Amino acid sequence: MSHTQPVNKAMINFMSKRKIAMVFSLILISISIGSLVTKGLNLGIDFTGGYLIEAGYQNDVDLDKVRTALANADFKDAQVQNFGSSKDIIVRIAPRADINKATIADNVLSVLTSTSDQVVEMRRVEFVGPQVGDELRDDGGIALLVALGCILIYISLRFQMKSAVGAILALVHDVIITIGFFSLIQMEFDLSVLASILAVIGYSLNDTVVVLDRIRETFRSVRKTSAEDILNMSINQTLSRTIVTSLTTLLVLFALFFFGGEIIHGFAMALIVGVIIGTYSSIYIASSTLMMMNIHKQDFLVVAKEEVVDDAP
Amino acid sequence: MLNQYPLWKYILLVVVLFFASLYALPNLYGEDPAVQVSHRTKFLTADDQLIIEQSVKNLKSAELEQGRVLVRFNDTEAQLIAADALKESLGKQYLIALNLAPATPDWLRALNAAPMYLGLDLRGGVHFLMEVDMVAAIKRMEESLLSDIRTTLRDEKIRYRGVRRDDNGLHISFRELSHLQEAAEKLPRIFSELVFRETEETLTIDAKLTEVAIRNEKKSALQQNIITLRNRVNELGVAEPVIQQQGDSRIVVQLPGIQDTAGAKKILGATATLEFRLAEGTRADWESADKTGRTPLNSILYHERDGSPVLLNRRVIVTGDQIVDAASTFDSQKGTPAVSIRLNGKGADKMGDITRDNIGNPMGVVFIENKIETKKVGDTITKHRSTTKEVINVATIQGQFSSRFQITGLESQEARDLALLLRAGSLRAPVEIIEERTVGPSLGKDNIQKGFMSVIIGFCLVLVFMMVYYKGFGIIANVALTANLIIIIAVLSLLQATLTLPGIAGIVLTVGMAVDANVLIFERIREELKNGNSPQASIHSGYEKAFSTITDANVTTLIAAIVLFSLGTGPIKGFAITLSIGILTSMFTAIVGTRAIVNLLYGNRDIKKLSI
Repeated sequence: MSHTQPVNKAMINFMSKRKIAMVFSLILISISIGSLVTKGLNLGIDFTGGYLIEAGYQNDVDLDKVRTALANADFKDAQVQNFGSSKDIIVRIAPRADINKATIADNVLSVLTSTSDQVVEMRRVEFVGPQVGDELRDDGGIALLVALGCILIYISLRFQMKSAVGAILALVHDVIITIGFFSLIQMEFDLSVLASILAVIGYSLNDTVVVLDRIRETFRSVRKTSAEDILNMSINQTLSRTIVTSLTTLLVLFALFFFGGEIIHGFAMALIVGVIIGTYSSIYIASSTLMMMNIHKQDFLVVAKEEVVDDAP
Repeated sequence: MLNQYPLWKYILLVVVLFFASLYALPNLYGEDPAVQVSHRTKFLTADDQLIIEQSVKNLKSAELEQGRVLVRFNDTEAQLIAADALKESLGKQYLIALNLAPATPDWLRALNAAPMYLGLDLRGGVHFLMEVDMVAAIKRMEESLLSDIRTTLRDEKIRYRGVRRDDNGLHISFRELSHLQEAAEKLPRIFSELVFRETEETLTIDAKLTEVAIRNEKKSALQQNIITLRNRVNELGVAEPVIQQQGDSRIVVQLPGIQDTAGAKKILGATATLEFRLAEGTRADWESADKTGRTPLNSILYHERDGSPVLLNRRVIVTGDQIVDAASTFDSQKGTPAVSIRLNGKGADKMGDITRDNIGNPMGVVFIENKIETKKVGDTITKHRSTTKEVINVATIQGQFSSRFQITGLESQEARDLALLLRAGSLRAPVEIIEERTVGPSLGKDNIQKGFMSVIIGFCLVLVFMMVYYKGFGIIANVALTANLIIIIAVLSLLQATLTLPGIAGIVLTVGMAVDANVLIFERIREELKNGNSPQASIHSGYEKAFSTITDANVTTLIAAIVLFSLGTGPIKGFAITLSIGILTSMFTAIVGTRAIVNLLYGNRDIKKLSI
């Protein structure tokens, strides 16, 4: 039952292309960081504070007309967009001090009603005060770091240091690129997207752990083979699992993206990007890091032997 | 003998699945439109139930539960008609709230089975996060202590020059050292919540609240506000409201199904109260005080709504706290809106005494409203407090007041709101709404529908994929996946955890990820078969080898989910909950569940080929 068969089956030589993969990843990360620095994130009102009003019309809406009407009603800074369909709109207003909070949504709604002959329906109102926005932003950042920290601890307890470094690098890689993607296409980054990113962390790690697990097993069971071959073998053995799981997860995510409604779009999008990047990174990033750190069989031997040496008189 | 399960494992699985199906079942029944009737002060009885049943038409059923009567209807039309009829016939001591009650059959309810609790984003409603202005609460406490100190010094016949309050605490000044010493000896014995420090050179005593007093005051301000908010929410007629403390100074209020959010906000956040004071001087005095800005020592300058000045005595006769009941009505003579008021014993005595002594003199009613607002300029956040005090009515006292009387001078909506606020009690400290999330009922319905749709579609896609890719074993995995979905729903229903749209997304994601465990196992079995092992041995080692990998992979996701939960505002928490539950249940169904089926089908048999 052990893996004694030679490395001669139809196998993809992933490790030979790891330099190309490294360059590819570096390019993606550079683009992501570049975009985050220059364009930043399009933060939603969860983090910036402000008002968001979603309204449903019975016919298609003329956005310019709505904008003009709002500007005339002293809402010059209002951003108006379609949401999901050409009949629904979303109005965003930065937090402002000069209006009574209790009535702002009603004021906006009555302005919207004045732009149409028919009933305009209030679908959603969100208001986040500046203090709450700041807190959510800080808490979100902390949650991300705490999650990374906890996982680092778990991985380093379960595996040895080199594997842990590989897993964390893969994780950071996935998170940066997913956030970078949101910065690049300027999709709104709100609380649900942040939740999604945390789920990506869980997923990406899940994937990487499976590969690392196999690498450890193969190192222990296969003799006299180069590290490169062992990594290749392990990746190939887990390849169909990696792809099948990513596929089923992507299937449900696309179902969520296309049928879950506009509100869930950002959430589904972050997970779709995260799962694709996570699949790639679990094949390449973790194992390439192991190669770079010169992984060898001794790294996976049981520690008990060293203790015996220590105890010897 | 490979691949055999002991009988108890099968029994365990069947029992788990049976109970899961049972507790997931209530979710299949819909909801009845209902009217919930309760009484302001007492629990309702079976007699009340009978009266209620007789005064509505077309009811489906009525039940008495925790002192409230819930009347169910077949359609919303009957519900609305009944609600109006009940308001009419029962009078204002009864609270009538519209509700959607789960149509769970009796035998399931007897087992404590209930459908999942839907979050506001799925059922529609308002979520408010309110911050209690603790600075104002402390200030209020210091001010009341200040007046107590004044009274104590007077009672103890200790002469003092003045007492005042500023941001550093309370300050008492004296003319003579002996008075200071006497006060320094007496005051600390009476006011344990203050720390006194005397400075003999300047003849002053400074007093500060102790840490404990501050903490207690904050705690009781929060508690008092929660009680008041609960009263106000009851007055609004909202069924199943949530009013909870969050952190040290915040209160969450959730009102499912409410439509008039602006009205609700006005009522919840309002700090309006009344004060009754005697007027001082003549109209000429009032006008000259308004022009010169100089007021006599014993009076304060106020303005009426039309801007005309009034001088009122510094001493308050009665405040809003002493009002026990209030109702909006119409003045019988003038026909204008009015609020009829009933005072408590202490308030009534004081009001009686003062009005008796001042017949023929004018008295003013002051309407007080506090507002706070947080503004952000650049990166600095500041709070702005403002208090509006206006005199709504100055009238000549015609005779001695009893505990009941009425005031006029308001518009009809104002009279209704003020009566409600006085009834529900005043807020101990002003509150500010710092977060609001309102979801309209149509969006709520859309969200449920779309969420449900994406679960079904995602689920079916995975089923088809697994069947095509793993054939016979795929079908086994699909059975496990279905069981998993049922167990997730059962656990969510049992915990009465709130299901939100992100929560549904969590279920969808779990469906996608739950098969991972089976994929890992099946891939291992295929590998073992390829290595030339027998089907039985392959099944055995496939499950065994995949186990630690599955555990590792799931624990990491679980860590992320737990962190997410602790970050938790409402909807996001829902996601973390469903994800965590999904991970745990999927491990059970994917490992134990599929193994049981596999063992049942293949175990202890001579198998040549596996359908994998």
